Amino acid sequence: MPAECDWQSHSGLNRRTIQNSMTTAPAKAGWRFRQPSVIPGFGLTLGFSLAYLTLIILIPLSGLVWRSAALGWADFWAIAVDRRTLNALKISFGTAFLAAAVNVAFGTVVAWVLVRYRFPGRRIADAMVDLPFALPTAVAGIALTTLYAPNGWIGQLLMPLGIKVAYTPLGIVIALVFIGLPFVVRTVQPIMEELDKEVEEAAATLGASRFQIITRVLFPGLAPAIITGFSLAFARGVGEYGSVIFIAGNLPFKSEIAPLLIVIRLEEYNYEAATAIAAIMLALSFLMLLVVNLVQTWSRKRYG
Amino acid sequence: MADPEIKSYEPLHESQSAAVTESRPVKAALMAIALAFLAVFLLLPLIVVFHEALAKGIGAYTEALSSPDTRSAIRLTLLVAAISVPLNVIFGISAAWAIAKFEFKGKAFLTTLIDLPFSVSPVISGLVYVLLFGAQGLLGAWLKAHGIVILFAVPGIVLATIFVTFPFVARELIPLMQEQGNGDEEAALSLGASGWQVFWYVTLPNVKWGLLYGVLLCNARAMGEFGAVSVVSGHIRGLTNTMPLHVEILYNEYNAVGAFAVASLLAGLALVTLVLKTLLEMRYGAEIAATRGH
Repeated sequence: MPAECDWQSHSGLNRRTIQNSMTTAPAKAGWRFRQPSVIPGFGLTLGFSLAYLTLIILIPLSGLVWRSAALGWADFWAIAVDRRTLNALKISFGTAFLAAAVNVAFGTVVAWVLVRYRFPGRRIADAMVDLPFALPTAVAGIALTTLYAPNGWIGQLLMPLGIKVAYTPLGIVIALVFIGLPFVVRTVQPIMEELDKEVEEAAATLGASRFQIITRVLFPGLAPAIITGFSLAFARGVGEYGSVIFIAGNLPFKSEIAPLLIVIRLEEYNYEAATAIAAIMLALSFLMLLVVNLVQTWSRKRYG
Repeated sequence: MADPEIKSYEPLHESQSAAVTESRPVKAALMAIALAFLAVFLLLPLIVVFHEALAKGIGAYTEALSSPDTRSAIRLTLLVAAISVPLNVIFGISAAWAIAKFEFKGKAFLTTLIDLPFSVSPVISGLVYVLLFGAQGLLGAWLKAHGIVILFAVPGIVLATIFVTFPFVARELIPLMQEQGNGDEEAALSLGASGWQVFWYVTLPNVKWGLLYGVLLCNARAMGEFGAVSVVSGHIRGLTNTMPLHVEILYNEYNAVGAFAVASLLAGLALVTLVLKTLLEMRYGAEIAATRGH
């Protein structure tokens, strides 16, 4: 009878554990959900954390998965290969990729200068790097648009060169460079600080040029951090909305990003399309994180 | 790139030997590139906010800030932050306690889940609540029958804000508390302190600067969040408009002074956040060390 199953009563549970520990099967007795500790509050804090996490994050997110699954494959596919959806995804991922690449190049230089050189105002420059974390995206959006508009401070300098930034995909890249910069700098900087000077000195005594030291000795140590910084900036850029919509011009097929298309579909009460695009974005982002993790494992093996 | 033999004849700069640093021109070029990049991409946007806000004089600026819609947007932003930040602080402390003080199965997975909101687009963070609470949503009909309004109202805005600011406090506290270990707590317990006493008199003082650091970042994001809030707010002027949403409305109405005046308040908040953050790192760097570089 099921009632006799001893896991149902506390005394039974105790008896079994005692039996296990007294007789054999150390592996079975060794499995514990948690290691014993004298510190109280495990049940309370874990219980509250799990409940809060489930209510705020997990249930709403699984609602999204459930709704897109309920769409059916045919409908889902129709939305996914819709030309406007494809273009929006292409623009979002393409501009985010470009911006992350720009940030890797300049962010690494910024981190290098902040770590290795001493100059007046270094602390202020260092603190400024976090500005995109602290400045609301809408504020960044209108400020960048004003700067790069044809009559703006930077826009009017670029106008004679025939470069239009605001209201073009290039504007999206500019906004995403702003948003992504601290991700690269703050990931690379701590690793640069820990670089061992003696390794460089050893390379120098062995006759390596400074260029060789940088490319052959320093870069391999920094590569995993640079890849992490790139992926963080890229992931943030793909989902970015606030700073982009002001500067992008938002022309369908030309400068319309995927998050904006979700908002447009929602405003049309087309929940199905909004859900499907969101699900595709989430899936692509997770796929990308997976690839980055693989690349990182590879680079650790290759260089580490 | 210069030849190492030539470089080694250059005067030694402080303790750095010439062989392990760049030549003078390269150094100057790198510094110029980095500083020019920071100036163009970070400093100029900040300056332009205040420049545009004050473009028509201080009178127009204060007038823009004293309009009833702006005032109600400021009030709503403060209210939303006042609800969502403390809730995330309680969660952050609780999650950090469970994760840092105990060893249990699935801990790494739980830590990953806590960071999840960072990898979700803000627009999707808002969308999930629309799918849950909207008229066509899973709970929409039930909510309507019971007269509960969540979407396009303050509760929806608070929920979306909690979602996007969810990891901030927890991810500052978890590494910090892990680094500090359980020794202090165990000592207090062995001296007869109760669980709450251990928390109030031992753990909390140990992590207070790290906690403040997390609260600072959480608050900045809570007050500045745009995408998620925009999806759930419904943009009702004077009722469900937070400051960032109000900036958008004014900007789209070609009210540049108004938009940048509200934006300047948010930029001021960002500057205060940066200054406090830098001060915390300078003074209490060691005590929040585990959280730096994240």
